[in-house]
Amino acid sequence: MFSYYFTLALRSLKRNVVLTLLMIAAIGVGIGASMTTLTVFRAMAGDPIPEKSTQLFAVQIDNWGPSKKTVVLGDEEHLQPQISYPDAIGFINAHAAPRQSAMYATGFALTPSNPQLLPFQVHARAAYTDFFRMFEVPFRFGGPWGAADDANRADVVVITRELNDKVFDGANSVGKMLNLDNHDYRVVGVMDQWQPIPKFYDLNNDKYGKSEQVFLPFTRAIAGEMSTWGNNNCAGDVGAPGWEGRLHSECIWIQFWAELPTAADVDRYRQFLNNYASDQQRSGRFNWRAHTRIRDARQWLAYRHAVADEVRILVLVSFSFLFVCLLNAMGLMLAKILGRAGDIGVRRALGANRRAIFSQCLIEAGVIGFAGGLLGLALTALGLVGLRVLLSEEVSRLTHFGLMDISIAILLAVFATILAGLYPTWRAAHVQPAWQLKAQ
Amino acid sequence: MLKMNHLSKAYRTEVVETYALRDFSIHVREGEFVAVTGPSGSGKTTFLTIAGLLEEFNGGEYQLDGANVRGLNDNQRSRLRNEKIGFIFQSFNLISDLNVQDNIDVPLRYRGFNGAERRRRIQESLERVGLSARSRHYPAELSGGQQQRVAIARALAGSPRLLLADEPTGNLDTQMARGVLDLLEELHRDGATIVMVTHDPELAIRAQREVHIVDGQVVDLTAQPRLVVGANAQL
Repeated sequence: MFSYYFTLALRSLKRNVVLTLLMIAAIGVGIGASMTTLTVFRAMAGDPIPEKSTQLFAVQIDNWGPSKKTVVLGDEEHLQPQISYPDAIGFINAHAAPRQSAMYATGFALTPSNPQLLPFQVHARAAYTDFFRMFEVPFRFGGPWGAADDANRADVVVITRELNDKVFDGANSVGKMLNLDNHDYRVVGVMDQWQPIPKFYDLNNDKYGKSEQVFLPFTRAIAGEMSTWGNNNCAGDVGAPGWEGRLHSECIWIQFWAELPTAADVDRYRQFLNNYASDQQRSGRFNWRAHTRIRDARQWLAYRHAVADEVRILVLVSFSFLFVCLLNAMGLMLAKILGRAGDIGVRRALGANRRAIFSQCLIEAGVIGFAGGLLGLALTALGLVGLRVLLSEEVSRLTHFGLMDISIAILLAVFATILAGLYPTWRAAHVQPAWQLKAQ
Repeated sequence: MLKMNHLSKAYRTEVVETYALRDFSIHVREGEFVAVTGPSGSGKTTFLTIAGLLEEFNGGEYQLDGANVRGLNDNQRSRLRNEKIGFIFQSFNLISDLNVQDNIDVPLRYRGFNGAERRRRIQESLERVGLSARSRHYPAELSGGQQQRVAIARALAGSPRLLLADEPTGNLDTQMARGVLDLLEELHRDGATIVMVTHDPELAIRAQREVHIVDGQVVDLTAQPRLVVGANAQL
């Protein structure tokens, strides 16, 4: 009977085109508004590394103490979101985690070997070799540099596919040299497409932006006195002048991540951190309560408010708008169904039971919902184009509308319309055939 | 075929209770053509809707083709209605956005016949009413008489045991009405059991016998073969 009811639904929709279009428009506008905001929200709130998000931990330690706590905003625990160089090196040298990496954002002027290309600026990330395995970075050519390269401060780099396409025309560039700030670095790996959204490993710097184009050993960057291109906070105490002064200061500018696959690893690492902080107390560096914290990737995103509260409110408002649209659609459906009470009475007289009438009307609601969903998709596409025009490139990168989003839009439209159609459908199923036939 | 004993039907509001049928008894045998007459508001249509299982009743008994219909749920009543009863309405009650064959198809769909069976029955019933050539027409494209013949074809398609007709010629001119009545008589001659509600004595006379209702009660029957009995008589 489904195909029969489906055919009847199409005929019914053609019967009163204006009413049908109004219903579809009501649903389409509601779906368009809610899906536009939901698409952005899903991109912002998504798990950037679902298979490992519970094993990757951001590390925090209080190296400032209560005297500087007013400088740190939005953190009741007064823990800094980044760490200092002394702590980064302390953690690295302890080898307390199976995999770990200190990292910071930096950058270069790249001079292509192709004379037809002008020099240009590239963003870079100084990290340890574990970075690539921890964050499951895929490689198109070659691979990460080795631990020996970290130890030897080697002049090696990993570059993104995009940069490889630009500088090396997409060819396998492993072994070729890349000139960065007038110094040659050997390419050891070319990454494949990799873009965690948000860029959870460094939320201080362009959290919805592209990943860096060049990766080099942390040790090499420090040896090369490559300053940070990211957030740097000294809370008013910049320490001694010069690069060495920076390295020995309590300025925070380094992100630190550890991969802790098991609960035992996590417990051990917490213990290590507490011991480390206690050691710092004993050495006189910290004269306050030892305070450390690790959070896995999802906890880290929540802690750092990766999704702005405004976006959550916008989603709430847009879904409230969808609700209002559905109420309108319900009213229109009720009018349409009650206008057909005579036909429903005839069908009941000819042997349709209540369930048959209910199914017929519900399938009609589903068809309206599907059409509303299609319109909603078109309006969502328009909405996302509007966002791209109005907002920054950073936000526009979130406006990807994939197959999953299309499915969600259609399912949401059909489900919501069927839900809105339940009452009109129930009324239809309870049309008294005798009254309708007497009235005629 | 149709047997009602001491049946009552009341419509209640908060302040008043109005009986449409009271202590109403009637017996229609298989193959009979019975006209139910009476003035407006006498309860003719209420009788027809109860007989057609479109409305519940308050008291008494009703047996349709040997089955007691009291206490049946909506599914059972709908199935019984679909299998045993064919309706012919005064205003035809064709569904305007379905063409002739799709209108006739409606009760057959609910019966669960397969496509081939439905097509066969539609064709046969259209031939029976002489409208085979109009199967693709929509109701608005047909005359009143043709529409009523489509309604009759729809009623016949499911091979019902009982045809219930409510003023079947009420909306037709004399010539068209004659044609429809001729068709009903022909169906009766072929063995159909027909109960026709009408307020027109000239139509009633074409039936095999007449039952007269006043104030919700059977009050009279005409002479043989129209029997005359008092109120509440078993016929």
